[in-house]
Amino acid sequence: MDITAQVRQFILTNFYLPDPTALTDDTSLLQSGVIDSTGVLEVISFLEETFGVAVDDEEMIPDNLDSIARIRAYLDRKRSPAATVDQAVA
Amino acid sequence: MFSRDTLRLNAEAEVARITSWLRETLGQLHRRGFVVGLSGGIDSSVSCALAVRAVGKERVFGIFMPEKDTSDDALVLGTKLAATFGVETTIENIGPALTTIGCYERQIQAIRTVEPAFGAGWKFKLILPSILKADRLNVTRLVVESPAGATTSHRLTAGAYSQLVAATNYKQRLRKVTEYYHADRLGFAVVGTPNRLEYDQGFFVKLGDGAADVKPIAHLYKSQVFQLAEYLGVPAEIRARMPTTDTFSLAQSQEEFYFSLPYDKMDLCLYALDNSVPIQEVARATDLPEETIRRVYQDIEGKRRTTAYLHRAPVLLEKVLAEKPPVRKAPVASVQMVEG
Repeated sequence: MDITAQVRQFILTNFYLPDPTALTDDTSLLQSGVIDSTGVLEVISFLEETFGVAVDDEEMIPDNLDSIARIRAYLDRKRSPAATVDQAVA
Repeated sequence: MFSRDTLRLNAEAEVARITSWLRETLGQLHRRGFVVGLSGGIDSSVSCALAVRAVGKERVFGIFMPEKDTSDDALVLGTKLAATFGVETTIENIGPALTTIGCYERQIQAIRTVEPAFGAGWKFKLILPSILKADRLNVTRLVVESPAGATTSHRLTAGAYSQLVAATNYKQRLRKVTEYYHADRLGFAVVGTPNRLEYDQGFFVKLGDGAADVKPIAHLYKSQVFQLAEYLGVPAEIRARMPTTDTFSLAQSQEEFYFSLPYDKMDLCLYALDNSVPIQEVARATDLPEETIRRVYQDIEGKRRTTAYLHRAPVLLEKVLAEKPPVRKAPVASVQMVEG
Protein backbone atom coordinates (compact mmCIF):
# COMPACT_ATOMS: atom_id res chain seq x y z
CA MET A 1 0.00 0.00 0.00
CA ASP A 2 1.13 3.55 -0.75
CA ILE A 3 2.60 5.42 2.23
CA THR A 4 -0.03 8.15 2.06
CA ALA A 5 -2.77 5.53 2.05
CA GLN A 6 -1.18 3.73 5.01
CA VAL A 7 -1.05 6.94 7.04
CA ARG A 8 -4.63 7.78 6.13
CA GLN A 9 -5.83 4.33 7.08
CA PHE A 10 -4.05 4.53 10.44
CA ILE A 11 -5.64 7.87 11.23
CA LEU A 12 -9.12 6.75 10.22
CA THR A 13 -8.81 3.47 12.10
CA ASN A 14 -7.10 4.72 15.23
CA PHE A 15 -8.97 8.01 15.79
CA TYR A 16 -12.64 8.80 15.37
CA LEU A 17 -13.84 10.93 12.49
CA PRO A 18 -17.60 11.15 12.05
CA ASP A 19 -17.09 12.07 8.39
CA PRO A 20 -13.94 10.37 6.97
CA THR A 21 -14.40 12.12 3.63
CA ALA A 22 -13.64 15.45 5.34
CA LEU A 23 -10.06 14.31 5.96
CA THR A 24 -7.98 15.54 3.06
CA ASP A 25 -4.23 15.17 2.74
CA ASP A 26 -3.86 18.78 3.84
CA THR A 27 -6.31 18.79 6.76
CA SER A 28 -4.59 20.03 9.92
CA LEU A 29 -4.85 17.09 12.30
CA LEU A 30 -4.42 19.34 15.33
CA GLN A 31 -6.66 22.23 14.35
CA SER A 32 -9.42 19.93 13.16
CA GLY A 33 -9.31 18.16 16.53
CA VAL A 34 -8.49 14.75 15.03
CA ILE A 35 -5.47 14.39 17.30
CA ASP A 36 -4.32 15.99 20.55
CA SER A 37 -0.97 15.73 22.32
CA THR A 38 -1.60 12.07 23.16
CA GLY A 39 -2.59 11.50 19.55
CA VAL A 40 0.76 12.92 18.45
CA LEU A 41 2.44 10.19 20.51
CA GLU A 42 0.27 7.60 18.79
CA VAL A 43 1.20 8.92 15.35
CA ILE A 44 4.89 8.87 16.29
CA SER A 45 4.68 5.27 17.51
CA PHE A 46 2.92 4.30 14.30
CA LEU A 47 5.59 5.92 12.14
CA GLU A 48 8.44 4.36 14.12
CA GLU A 49 6.92 0.86 14.14
CA THR A 50 5.55 0.84 10.61
CA PHE A 51 8.28 2.65 8.70
CA GLY A 52 11.30 1.97 10.88
CA VAL A 53 12.21 5.60 11.42
CA ALA A 54 13.28 7.21 14.69
CA VAL A 55 11.43 10.46 15.35
CA ASP A 56 13.72 12.82 17.26
CA ASP A 57 12.34 15.31 19.77
CA GLU A 58 13.30 18.29 17.62
CA GLU A 59 11.38 16.76 14.73
CA MET A 60 8.09 16.81 16.65
CA ILE A 61 6.88 19.97 15.01
CA PRO A 62 3.68 20.79 13.09
CA ASP A 63 5.63 21.06 9.84
CA ASN A 64 6.42 17.34 10.07
CA LEU A 65 3.32 15.84 11.66
CA ASP A 66 0.25 18.05 11.29
CA SER A 67 -1.31 16.56 8.14
CA ILE A 68 -1.16 13.44 6.04
CA ALA A 69 0.78 15.32 3.36
CA ARG A 70 3.29 16.67 5.88
CA ILE A 71 3.77 13.24 7.41
CA ARG A 72 4.34 11.80 3.93
CA ALA A 73 6.89 14.49 3.13
CA TYR A 74 8.60 13.98 6.48
CA LEU A 75 8.83 10.23 5.90
CA ASP A 76 10.25 10.81 2.43
CA ARG A 77 12.95 13.06 3.89
CA LYS A 78 13.74 10.64 6.71
CA ARG A 79 14.00 7.66 4.40
CA SER A 80 15.98 9.34 1.65
CA PRO A 81 19.61 8.26 1.18
CA ALA A 82 20.77 11.78 2.11
CA ALA A 83 19.02 11.55 5.47
CA THR A 84 20.62 8.17 6.10
CA VAL A 85 24.04 9.66 5.38
CA ASP A 86 23.29 12.63 7.66
CA GLN A 87 22.25 10.32 10.50
CA ALA A 88 25.34 8.17 9.99
CA VAL A 89 27.56 11.25 10.16
CA ALA A 90 25.70 12.57 13.24
CA MET B 1 -0.22 51.70 26.83
CA PHE B 2 -0.41 47.96 27.47
CA SER B 3 1.64 46.88 30.50
CA ARG B 4 1.48 44.85 33.67
CA ASP B 5 -0.62 47.64 35.12
CA THR B 6 -3.33 46.80 32.61
CA LEU B 7 -4.24 43.89 34.88
CA ARG B 8 -4.16 45.94 38.08
CA LEU B 9 -7.40 45.57 40.00
CA ASN B 10 -9.35 47.79 42.32
CA ALA B 11 -9.05 45.04 44.92
CA GLU B 12 -11.56 46.48 47.35
CA ALA B 13 -14.25 46.82 44.69
CA GLU B 14 -13.52 43.41 43.19
CA VAL B 15 -13.71 41.69 46.57
CA ALA B 16 -17.03 43.42 47.23
CA ARG B 17 -18.33 42.27 43.84
CA ILE B 18 -17.25 38.64 44.33
CA THR B 19 -18.50 38.37 47.91
CA SER B 20 -21.87 39.85 46.99
CA TRP B 21 -22.14 37.30 44.19
CA LEU B 22 -21.12 34.45 46.52
CA ARG B 23 -23.84 35.37 49.02
CA GLU B 24 -26.48 35.61 46.33
CA THR B 25 -25.36 32.37 44.66
CA LEU B 26 -25.34 30.45 47.93
CA GLY B 27 -28.99 31.37 48.36
CA GLN B 28 -29.80 30.28 44.83
CA LEU B 29 -28.10 26.95 45.48
CA HIS B 30 -30.03 26.51 48.77
CA ARG B 31 -26.81 25.71 50.61
CA ARG B 32 -25.76 27.24 53.92
CA GLY B 33 -21.98 27.57 53.61
CA PHE B 34 -18.88 26.73 51.62
CA VAL B 35 -16.43 23.82 51.61
CA VAL B 36 -12.93 24.62 50.34
CA GLY B 37 -10.12 22.16 49.70
CA LEU B 38 -6.94 23.80 50.99
CA SER B 39 -3.64 23.08 49.25
CA GLY B 40 -1.49 25.80 50.76
CA GLY B 41 -1.45 27.49 47.36
CA ILE B 42 -2.54 30.98 46.42
CA ASP B 43 -5.77 30.04 44.61
CA SER B 44 -7.38 27.96 47.35
CA SER B 45 -6.20 30.50 49.93
CA VAL B 46 -7.84 33.43 48.16
CA SER B 47 -10.99 31.41 47.49
CA CYS B 48 -11.21 30.53 51.17
CA ALA B 49 -10.64 34.13 52.23
CA LEU B 50 -13.34 35.33 49.83
CA ALA B 51 -15.79 32.74 51.19
CA VAL B 52 -15.08 33.89 54.75
CA ARG B 53 -15.49 37.52 53.74
CA ALA B 54 -18.79 36.63 52.04
CA VAL B 55 -20.58 34.53 54.65
CA GLY B 56 -18.42 34.50 57.78
CA LYS B 57 -15.91 31.99 59.13
CA GLU B 58 -18.61 29.84 60.77
CA ARG B 59 -20.00 29.02 57.32
CA VAL B 60 -16.71 27.96 55.76
CA PHE B 61 -15.12 24.52 56.20
CA GLY B 62 -11.58 23.78 55.03
CA ILE B 63 -10.21 20.37 54.12
CA PHE B 64 -6.58 19.30 53.81
CA MET B 65 -6.22 16.22 51.62
CA PRO B 66 -2.57 15.15 51.59
CA GLU B 67 -1.15 11.99 50.04
CA LYS B 68 2.39 10.68 49.74
CA ASP B 69 3.44 13.09 46.96
CA THR B 70 2.07 16.21 48.66
CA SER B 71 4.81 18.72 49.43
CA ASP B 72 5.89 19.11 53.03
CA ASP B 73 4.88 22.75 53.29
CA ALA B 74 1.31 22.30 52.01
CA LEU B 75 -0.15 21.44 55.40
CA VAL B 76 1.93 24.05 57.21
CA LEU B 77 0.82 26.83 54.89
CA GLY B 78 -2.78 25.63 54.76
CA THR B 79 -2.94 25.53 58.55
CA LYS B 80 -1.59 29.06 58.72
CA LEU B 81 -4.21 30.21 56.22
CA ALA B 82 -7.03 28.58 58.21
CA ALA B 83 -5.77 30.13 61.42
CA THR B 84 -5.54 33.56 59.80
CA PHE B 85 -9.18 33.47 58.79
CA GLY B 86 -10.48 31.40 61.71
CA VAL B 87 -11.77 28.57 59.55
CA GLU B 88 -12.56 25.13 60.99
CA THR B 89 -10.63 22.43 59.15
CA THR B 90 -10.10 18.71 59.00
CA ILE B 91 -7.36 16.50 57.55
CA GLU B 92 -8.40 13.73 55.19
CA ASN B 93 -5.39 11.63 54.21
CA ILE B 94 -6.36 10.30 50.78
CA GLY B 95 -3.18 8.19 50.49
CA PRO B 96 -4.68 4.87 51.70
CA ALA B 97 -7.66 5.25 49.37
CA LEU B 98 -5.34 6.03 46.45
CA THR B 99 -3.32 2.91 47.26
CA THR B 100 -6.43 0.76 47.43
CA ILE B 101 -7.82 2.06 44.17
CA GLY B 102 -4.49 1.40 42.43
CA CYS B 103 -3.35 4.94 41.70
CA TYR B 104 0.31 4.44 42.63
CA GLU B 105 0.59 0.91 41.26
CA ARG B 106 -0.82 1.98 37.91
CA GLN B 107 1.58 4.93 37.81
CA ILE B 108 4.52 2.62 38.51
CA GLN B 109 3.35 0.15 35.87
CA ALA B 110 3.30 2.91 33.24
CA ILE B 111 6.70 4.30 34.25
CA ARG B 112 8.34 0.86 34.20
CA THR B 113 7.63 0.62 30.48
CA VAL B 114 10.58 2.99 30.03
CA GLU B 115 12.44 2.71 33.37
CA PRO B 116 12.16 -0.89 34.62
CA ALA B 117 14.06 -0.12 37.85
CA PHE B 118 11.50 2.48 38.99
CA GLY B 119 10.20 1.74 42.48
CA ALA B 120 10.67 2.70 46.11
CA GLY B 121 12.84 5.78 46.55
CA TRP B 122 12.43 6.93 42.94
CA LYS B 123 10.64 10.13 41.99
CA PHE B 124 9.09 11.42 38.79
CA LYS B 125 7.32 14.25 37.03
CA LEU B 126 5.96 15.08 33.57
CA ILE B 127 7.30 18.02 31.58
CA LEU B 128 6.48 19.75 28.32
CA PRO B 129 9.09 21.00 25.84
CA SER B 130 9.59 24.75 25.78
CA ILE B 131 7.95 26.47 22.85
CA LEU B 132 9.84 29.68 23.45
CA LYS B 133 12.71 29.02 21.07
CA ALA B 134 11.10 26.69 18.54
CA ASP B 135 7.72 25.62 17.23
CA ARG B 136 7.30 22.35 19.16
CA LEU B 137 4.31 20.09 19.59
CA ASN B 138 3.14 19.49 23.14
CA VAL B 139 4.66 16.05 23.57
CA THR B 140 5.11 15.41 27.27
CA ARG B 141 8.25 13.72 28.60
CA LEU B 142 8.68 11.71 31.76
CA VAL B 143 11.53 12.71 34.07
CA VAL B 144 12.61 10.17 36.69
CA GLU B 145 15.10 10.52 39.50
CA SER B 146 16.79 7.48 41.01
CA PRO B 147 17.36 7.16 44.77
CA ALA B 148 20.99 8.17 44.07
CA GLY B 149 19.78 11.41 42.49
CA ALA B 150 20.46 10.54 38.84
CA THR B 151 17.89 12.12 36.53
CA THR B 152 16.83 10.77 33.15
CA SER B 153 14.17 11.85 30.66
CA HIS B 154 12.00 9.51 28.59
CA ARG B 155 9.35 9.68 25.91
CA LEU B 156 6.45 7.42 26.84
CA THR B 157 4.24 5.52 24.44
CA ALA B 158 0.74 6.95 24.09
CA GLY B 159 -0.66 4.05 26.10
CA ALA B 160 1.79 4.44 28.98
CA TYR B 161 1.39 8.23 29.02
CA SER B 162 -2.40 8.00 29.08
CA GLN B 163 -2.29 5.42 31.88
CA LEU B 164 0.08 7.59 33.92
CA VAL B 165 -2.16 10.65 33.55
CA ALA B 166 -5.35 8.68 34.17
CA ALA B 167 -3.91 7.11 37.33
CA THR B 168 -2.71 10.49 38.57
CA ASN B 169 -6.17 11.98 37.97
CA TYR B 170 -7.44 9.73 40.76
CA LYS B 171 -5.88 12.27 43.12
CA GLN B 172 -7.96 15.23 41.97
CA ARG B 173 -11.08 13.10 41.69
CA LEU B 174 -10.74 11.55 45.12
CA ARG B 175 -10.20 14.98 46.63
CA LYS B 176 -13.42 16.19 45.03
CA VAL B 177 -15.34 13.15 46.30
CA THR B 178 -14.07 13.99 49.78
CA GLU B 179 -15.08 17.64 49.46
CA TYR B 180 -18.58 16.60 48.47
CA TYR B 181 -18.79 14.20 51.42
CA HIS B 182 -18.33 17.15 53.74
CA ALA B 183 -20.53 19.40 51.61
CA ASP B 184 -23.37 16.85 51.83
CA ARG B 185 -22.81 16.38 55.55
CA LEU B 186 -22.92 20.10 56.26
CA GLY B 187 -25.36 21.28 53.59
CA PHE B 188 -22.59 23.40 52.09
CA ALA B 189 -21.60 24.21 48.50
CA VAL B 190 -18.19 23.24 47.11
CA VAL B 191 -15.86 26.03 46.05
CA GLY B 192 -13.78 25.38 42.92
CA THR B 193 -10.50 27.27 42.92
CA PRO B 194 -9.26 27.62 39.34
CA ASN B 195 -7.94 30.99 38.25
CA ARG B 196 -8.54 32.30 34.74
CA LEU B 197 -5.40 30.74 33.26
CA GLU B 198 -6.33 27.31 34.56
CA TYR B 199 -9.99 27.60 33.62
CA ASP B 200 -9.36 29.02 30.15
CA GLN B 201 -6.56 26.62 29.29
CA GLY B 202 -8.26 23.52 30.67
CA PHE B 203 -5.70 22.93 33.38
CA PHE B 204 -8.00 20.79 35.51
CA VAL B 205 -9.32 17.26 35.76
CA LYS B 206 -12.87 16.71 34.62
CA LEU B 207 -14.94 15.62 37.63
CA GLY B 208 -11.84 16.28 39.70
CA ASP B 209 -10.70 19.78 40.52
CA GLY B 210 -12.89 20.90 37.61
CA ALA B 211 -16.04 20.02 39.57
CA ALA B 212 -17.57 22.56 41.94
CA ASP B 213 -20.72 24.53 42.73
CA VAL B 214 -19.08 27.95 42.48
CA LYS B 215 -15.77 29.15 41.03
CA PRO B 216 -15.21 32.61 42.48
CA ILE B 217 -11.82 33.40 40.90
CA ALA B 218 -12.22 31.72 37.49
CA HIS B 219 -12.52 35.16 35.86
CA LEU B 220 -9.30 36.50 37.41
CA TYR B 221 -5.83 36.35 35.92
CA LYS B 222 -3.28 34.76 38.22
CA SER B 223 -1.57 38.08 38.88
CA GLN B 224 -4.96 39.47 39.92
CA VAL B 225 -5.40 36.59 42.35
CA PHE B 226 -2.11 37.66 43.94
CA GLN B 227 -3.43 41.23 44.18
CA LEU B 228 -6.55 40.04 45.99
CA ALA B 229 -4.41 37.84 48.26
CA GLU B 230 -2.51 40.87 49.44
CA TYR B 231 -5.67 42.89 49.97
CA LEU B 232 -7.39 40.06 51.85
CA GLY B 233 -4.42 39.45 54.14
CA VAL B 234 -3.36 36.02 52.92
CA PRO B 235 -0.10 35.19 54.77
CA ALA B 236 3.05 36.37 53.02
CA GLU B 237 4.56 32.85 52.92
CA ILE B 238 1.67 31.68 50.77
CA ARG B 239 1.94 34.70 48.48
CA ALA B 240 5.67 34.08 48.07
CA ARG B 241 5.36 30.38 47.25
CA MET B 242 6.03 29.35 43.66
CA PRO B 243 2.85 27.94 42.04
CA THR B 244 3.26 24.16 41.73
CA THR B 245 1.11 21.27 40.63
CA ASP B 246 1.88 19.41 43.88
CA THR B 247 0.84 16.25 42.07
CA PHE B 248 4.03 14.36 41.30
CA SER B 249 6.82 13.13 43.54
CA LEU B 250 9.44 15.39 41.92
CA ALA B 251 9.03 19.11 42.48
CA GLN B 252 7.46 20.69 39.44
CA SER B 253 6.38 24.14 38.36
CA GLN B 254 3.07 24.69 36.58
CA GLU B 255 5.12 26.27 33.81
CA GLU B 256 7.02 23.09 32.95
CA PHE B 257 3.93 20.88 33.24
CA TYR B 258 1.36 22.91 31.37
CA PHE B 259 1.83 26.62 30.74
CA SER B 260 4.48 27.76 28.32
CA LEU B 261 5.46 30.87 30.28
CA PRO B 262 5.65 32.09 33.88
CA TYR B 263 2.18 33.09 35.06
CA ASP B 264 2.74 36.84 34.89
CA LYS B 265 3.68 36.67 31.20
CA MET B 266 0.97 34.12 30.45
CA ASP B 267 -1.56 36.52 31.99
CA LEU B 268 -0.43 39.29 29.67
CA CYS B 269 -0.45 37.08 26.56
CA LEU B 270 -3.89 35.69 27.33
CA TYR B 271 -5.30 39.17 27.91
CA ALA B 272 -3.59 40.53 24.81
CA LEU B 273 -4.88 37.73 22.59
CA ASP B 274 -8.45 38.13 23.81
CA ASN B 275 -8.37 41.92 23.59
CA SER B 276 -6.49 42.27 20.29
CA VAL B 277 -3.60 44.22 21.79
CA PRO B 278 -1.03 45.09 19.07
CA ILE B 279 1.77 42.53 19.21
CA GLN B 280 4.46 45.22 19.42
CA GLU B 281 2.93 46.38 22.70
CA VAL B 282 2.77 42.79 23.97
CA ALA B 283 6.43 42.28 23.09
CA ARG B 284 7.35 45.42 25.02
CA ALA B 285 5.27 44.48 28.08
CA THR B 286 6.45 40.86 28.24
CA ASP B 287 10.02 41.36 27.01
CA LEU B 288 9.46 38.51 24.54
CA PRO B 289 10.15 38.44 20.78
CA GLU B 290 7.06 38.78 18.58
CA GLU B 291 7.75 35.35 17.09
CA THR B 292 7.61 33.79 20.53
CA ILE B 293 4.36 35.57 21.33
CA ARG B 294 2.80 34.18 18.15
CA ARG B 295 3.81 30.69 19.25
CA VAL B 296 2.30 31.31 22.69
CA TYR B 297 -0.93 32.45 21.01
CA GLN B 298 -0.99 29.23 18.97
CA ASP B 299 -0.41 27.24 22.14
CA ILE B 300 -3.26 29.06 23.91
CA GLU B 301 -5.64 28.40 21.02
CA GLY B 302 -4.49 24.78 20.81
CA LYS B 303 -5.15 24.15 24.48
CA ARG B 304 -8.56 25.78 24.23
CA ARG B 305 -9.36 23.46 21.34
CA THR B 306 -8.15 20.25 22.92
CA THR B 307 -9.65 20.89 26.37
CA ALA B 308 -13.07 22.09 25.22
CA TYR B 309 -14.39 18.65 26.12
CA LEU B 310 -13.43 19.20 29.76
CA HIS B 311 -15.84 22.13 29.98
CA ARG B 312 -18.76 20.25 28.46
CA ALA B 313 -21.64 19.15 30.66
CA PRO B 314 -23.20 15.76 29.82
CA VAL B 315 -24.84 16.09 26.44
CA LEU B 316 -28.56 15.31 26.16
CA LEU B 317 -30.37 14.42 22.98
CA GLU B 318 -32.96 17.10 23.70
CA LYS B 319 -33.80 19.60 26.40
CA VAL B 320 -35.37 17.88 29.41
CA LEU B 321 -35.61 20.46 32.18
CA ALA B 322 -37.33 23.80 31.67
CA GLU B 323 -34.83 26.61 32.15
CA LYS B 324 -35.52 29.14 34.86
CA PRO B 325 -33.64 32.41 34.55
CA PRO B 326 -31.55 33.13 37.67
CA VAL B 327 -32.93 35.84 39.90
CA ARG B 328 -30.49 38.70 40.34
CA LYS B 329 -30.93 41.43 42.88
CA ALA B 330 -28.31 43.65 41.30
CA PRO B 331 -26.45 43.61 38.02
CA VAL B 332 -22.95 42.15 38.23
CA ALA B 333 -20.46 44.57 36.74
CA SER B 334 -17.27 43.54 35.03
CA VAL B 335 -13.94 43.08 36.80
CA GLN B 336 -13.19 46.11 38.94
CA MET B 337 -10.01 47.54 37.47
CA VAL B 338 -7.97 50.46 38.68
CA GLU B 339 -9.01 53.55 36.80
CA GLY B 340 -6.49 55.54 34.89
